[in-house]
Amino acid sequence: MFERFSRFQKILIPLISVVLGLIVGAIIMLVSGFNPIQGYAALLKGSLGESFYIGETIRQITPYIFAGLAVAFAFRTGLFNIGVEGQLLVGWVASVWVGLAFDLPKIIHLPMAILAGALAGALWAFIPGILKARLRVHEVIVTIMMNYIALHFCNYLIRFVISDEQNTTDRVPESASLKSPFFETLTEFSTMHYGIFLALAAVIIYYIILERTTTGFELRSVGFNQNASEYAGMNVNRNIVLSMLISGAFAGLGGAMEGLGTFGYGFIHGAFSGVGFDGIAVALLGGNVALGIVFAAALFGILKQGALIMPLESGVPTELVEIVIAIIIFFVASSYIIAYLLQRLKKGAK
Amino acid sequence: MKKRKFGMALSMFLAAGTVLAACGSDEAETGNEGGNGSGGEAETSEFSVAMVTDTGGVDDKSFNQSAWEGLQAFGADNGLEEGTGGYTYFQSNNDADYVTNMNTAVRNDFDLVFGVGFLLTEAIQQVAAQQTDTNFAIIDSVAEGDNVASITFKEHEGSFLVGVAAGLTTESNKIGFVGGVESDLINKFAAGFKAGVEAVNPDAEVTIEFAGDFNNASRGQQMAAAMYGSGVDVIYHAAGGTGNGVFTEAKNLKEQDPDRAVWVIGVDRDQYEEGQVGDNNVTLTSMVKRVDVAVQDVSKRAMDGDFPGGEIIEYGIQEEGIAIAESQDNLTQEILDTIADYQQQIVDGEIEVPSTLE
Repeated sequence: MFERFSRFQKILIPLISVVLGLIVGAIIMLVSGFNPIQGYAALLKGSLGESFYIGETIRQITPYIFAGLAVAFAFRTGLFNIGVEGQLLVGWVASVWVGLAFDLPKIIHLPMAILAGALAGALWAFIPGILKARLRVHEVIVTIMMNYIALHFCNYLIRFVISDEQNTTDRVPESASLKSPFFETLTEFSTMHYGIFLALAAVIIYYIILERTTTGFELRSVGFNQNASEYAGMNVNRNIVLSMLISGAFAGLGGAMEGLGTFGYGFIHGAFSGVGFDGIAVALLGGNVALGIVFAAALFGILKQGALIMPLESGVPTELVEIVIAIIIFFVASSYIIAYLLQRLKKGAK
Repeated sequence: MKKRKFGMALSMFLAAGTVLAACGSDEAETGNEGGNGSGGEAETSEFSVAMVTDTGGVDDKSFNQSAWEGLQAFGADNGLEEGTGGYTYFQSNNDADYVTNMNTAVRNDFDLVFGVGFLLTEAIQQVAAQQTDTNFAIIDSVAEGDNVASITFKEHEGSFLVGVAAGLTTESNKIGFVGGVESDLINKFAAGFKAGVEAVNPDAEVTIEFAGDFNNASRGQQMAAAMYGSGVDVIYHAAGGTGNGVFTEAKNLKEQDPDRAVWVIGVDRDQYEEGQVGDNNVTLTSMVKRVDVAVQDVSKRAMDGDFPGGEIIEYGIQEEGIAIAESQDNLTQEILDTIADYQQQIVDGEIEVPSTLE
């Protein structure tokens, strides 16, 4: 996103966007007759104010990190993976299915269920990847369509295959669960689970693959310029498929966190969960770099979680947070405007 | 250079802070007064009640809205203020919010927490098991737990009554039923409706079809077009948003040929307004499910210390949880009398309305 900007600008632009987003949000609250300070105070209380809320916020951040990594990974190879939502759903169902189908000791069962989620997500992303590599079918179209297929396919599996015409599956047994009684006690019955550690591990893996391996170098190189990469002797098609596979695996892992941690079961989705789509915004705000994604996911988690209590504490409707997020994304997306203004201000200061 | 940029950033943050601070100072005081006011209220009234919506939200024109109207009425009747210590709702923006919202309600010391819709069944079971000092109630579903009341409705009874209306109104003796998703719940509507038609018009034929979706208006419209095309003149829909397509098709037909007899029977709420087309109205009647009555009733019982924990409460005609809509312009007095007659028979137990198809 910000390749053309200096390192300093890369950090400054998202920060300014967030501040501008919050300011515009405050103005909207003011115009609608609410008190912005009370509103934001409620938001902070509802996300970080008590141990329970902190637990819920961390739980919310976990799938955002995975979704953000998934989008960012594909983006670094020059691919727009809009299908993170679908890959997340199939990962969710696959992990729950493995969780329910086997009876094994936890040390084998849990990793197996998590890997099943990653594998399912990777497979789901493999289809647009191979279509792009072989037939040059645009991955945006295919991934969007694959989202719908995933949604209804997963609903079918849950209703007719995994459960006996129920709306939800059974709960996964303890041996495949990420649920954490320790965190639950610590945070007064929040749904926080061990997934956050996996998310942070995934961030490190993301960094190592992309920045510290030859494969990562090739992937990024393809992202910068396909023709040059090919001329340099890289296999562009192989890298496209590989990138989608890894991206899908991250997304599938995010689904496994929901399936084995947050909920502990699968259920019929009437609509998309939205986490996958928010992942696009997380990646954008995080500048597609590992640490940036962690901060962006944290911001999203705080905003979304804090929003829930805003109506009760301050009367501000939860929709306001959606607006604030939209404005932040708007400013990040129009980063050139901010960069231009910074340039002008700099000249003016001379 | 860099120093200057830092200075720039710093001053922007400071400016933002000042702007924000300036915005708020005035209203913060008035806001605090409001806060104190409701705090005082909380001391006098000892009962507070909250509801958690499903993802439809509180303005869904369906049962979330109906439940909220029930809570508002309950609050007004008992002098409760909206907010902590009185009554409030928590909006769920996605499925992960159910448990969070339930817990948040408990943490804000609400005595009774409603989960609106079967989607919240798992969440309410989980939270109720952890938070044993709070009472919970789930609408349209059955959940386990000694501190959970399950509220369900006898939709088949109301469907029977609108079936009577359909059976007496039809001229072609062909009647249609459009269901959302084939399930035990929607089958209750279909079974009661069919029984009602057969009770007054044994010659009439009821076609039962399912859209497979509660939120697909175009599918509903296609199904309605096919049915009306085959000579059906009354369609009863139990299909949520899909049913809006049935209304669209009926209104189109009525607009093209105002003399043609096309009728829709609405569901859950009085859908008279949905059927308005010019000076005509295609809504024959509606089967009304009074979620608000149920919410008020259970809240009242909880306030009086008579919370029906662990019980399954069924609201039917007798409990005033199910009724025929108040807009009755399109029904003749004769039909209304017949409906009233059957209604009495159901209340007296003389008629047992089937709740399953065959």
